[in-house]
Amino acid sequence: MLIAATIAILVVMIMAITRGIVGPTLYDRILAVNMFGTKTVLLISILGFVMGRPEFLDIAIVYALINFVSVIAVLRHSDASIFKTPQSVEKETEKNS
Amino acid sequence: MNISSALFLLVGSFLCISGGVGILRFPDFYTRMHAVGVTETLATAMILIGLMLQNPDGIVVLKLIIILLMTLFISPTASHALAKAAMHNELKPKLDQPEDNEKVKSSNP
Repeated sequence: MLIAATIAILVVMIMAITRGIVGPTLYDRILAVNMFGTKTVLLISILGFVMGRPEFLDIAIVYALINFVSVIAVLRHSDASIFKTPQSVEKETEKNS
Repeated sequence: MNISSALFLLVGSFLCISGGVGILRFPDFYTRMHAVGVTETLATAMILIGLMLQNPDGIVVLKLIIILLMTLFISPTASHALAKAAMHNELKPKLDQPEDNEKVKSSNP
């Protein structure tokens, strides 16, 4: 069952990476990166149990903290103009259509 | 013991996959964030509880509980911050087409 959970999490990580590449807005990409990081924490935990070395849980703890800090650090700059350019482009296309 | 662990891991994997399908197929940023933010917390809790039932050692269970608590605090906070940033920068949700037409009709006269 550990192997099945590992495969399921790998499939979900591929789905999240697909949304991160395709994603029309910047927020979709941030969301995909956040989801990818959470699934990475789960993957490291499960792989530690699969290999019989539960010391991997320390790395999982550090990765959870890094994931949270990275998302908050990117959103700290949400007043910058690059966060607003896709929206203005969308507005112009809506006006045109 | 082993059957309950397998059950928790199976439910967690199903929730993970449903969240992945949601992030791929939903039409809008807010609906995608709904799919991810709802399933992420419960799926992580389920899989970590399944791992706790797998190996009842002292320090390993303590580390798993630390990861579980951090995820339960971190994931809703990150989702909330992302939604606030998107609303603050006026990312519009996608609305239904008929409702949109009614709004246009009612605003025209």
